[in-house]
Amino acid sequence: MKKIALTVNGRPVEATVEPRTHLADFLRESQGLTGTNLGCEHGVCGACTIDIDGAPSRSCITYAVACDGATVKTIEGFDDDAVMAQLRDAFTAEHALQCGYCTPGMLVTARDIVMRLPDADEARIRKELAGNLCRCTGYVGIVKAIQRVLARRG
Amino acid sequence: MKACAFDYTRPKDVEEAVRLLATDNSKPMAGSQSLGPMLNLRVLQPSLLVDLRFVPELKHSSDDRDSVTLGACVTHAQIEDGRVPDPTGGFMREVASNIAYRAVRNRGTVGGSLVHADPAADWPSALTLLGATALIAGPGGRREVPMEKFLTGLFETALSAQEILVGVRIPKRSKAARFGYWKFCRKVGEFPQAIGGALRDPERKETRAVVGATSGAPRLFLDFSPNIAGIGKDAYSQQLHAVALRRAIEKLAA
Repeated sequence: MKKIALTVNGRPVEATVEPRTHLADFLRESQGLTGTNLGCEHGVCGACTIDIDGAPSRSCITYAVACDGATVKTIEGFDDDAVMAQLRDAFTAEHALQCGYCTPGMLVTARDIVMRLPDADEARIRKELAGNLCRCTGYVGIVKAIQRVLARRG
Repeated sequence: MKACAFDYTRPKDVEEAVRLLATDNSKPMAGSQSLGPMLNLRVLQPSLLVDLRFVPELKHSSDDRDSVTLGACVTHAQIEDGRVPDPTGGFMREVASNIAYRAVRNRGTVGGSLVHADPAADWPSALTLLGATALIAGPGGRREVPMEKFLTGLFETALSAQEILVGVRIPKRSKAARFGYWKFCRKVGEFPQAIGGALRDPERKETRAVVGATSGAPRLFLDFSPNIAGIGKDAYSQQLHAVALRRAIEKLAA
């Protein structure tokens, strides 16, 4: 077991973890942050995508012990984030989710697109979304929702 | 999909990392974007992970007169964003931007990709094309190995168990140099089925071509009409490799 100290959604957290525990399991099971969903658990599906030190990352192939000293933000940590609020509204308006399983990871990736690529066109948005699998929507609504936020922010 | 139990440690410098890797069944870890899946799938069951991401030397880059040196723990995203020097006038940025997905590129490292030596990964092919040099540290000191000798086969490199890759040194070319790269992926971000790369520097009279995503290490050629017979595992794969190389060469004219 290893002692770690990290910041989770703005709150300092100290914990003792087994090194083999990946970050998503740590957040879900010991921090009660079940907004992070696990799909494939080998970095392919994108459902577990969260922010680590300000950049979207796969929490299933990053170990909690490797995040000692890191600043982690899960979907729950974006409640008061202005861009995420715009994305939530746009996802609702454009029917960008059905079952919702991919949505937490999808929103973290969508926010990264909006912040990092303000000029992204449809093709670029689709390329950026390739790492987040959605099996319900066919992506049309998700792409439109991101375009809506990009247009609104000018 | 949960990894077997392992211990974890964070060395502060290269010498400590090398010492720790003397531990039986230990593995160095960088961004864990390839190692993580293999641990979760239990393909690998190490007893100790040596996390190299906190060794300052491995994160350091330098822009020198004839070359650029990138630390092994420089991430694909840092290269993509131009946050580290690019000796190729944007070619390396383009290669980086098409590796897997942004969330993977934020943590995955150039050194990790090279030592993992997946034939379908981008840096083994791209850095063989560029004639990079692998900078290695081990119990016996430091050594340098050209990329085409560093990559020895399918998931195999010239590193011994206790050695680590410290960085890569990439030569600068003339302003007239042109670079081309093409890969066939069934889906954006997936591992490619074939890779082709081409480089021509008329001032340095240099012509290099690479064919990657084969069943072994990338194949380097010093002309643009190499004999690549038998490089694909079947006729379809052979055709993909031939077309990937042709398109990479065609990009030089673009």
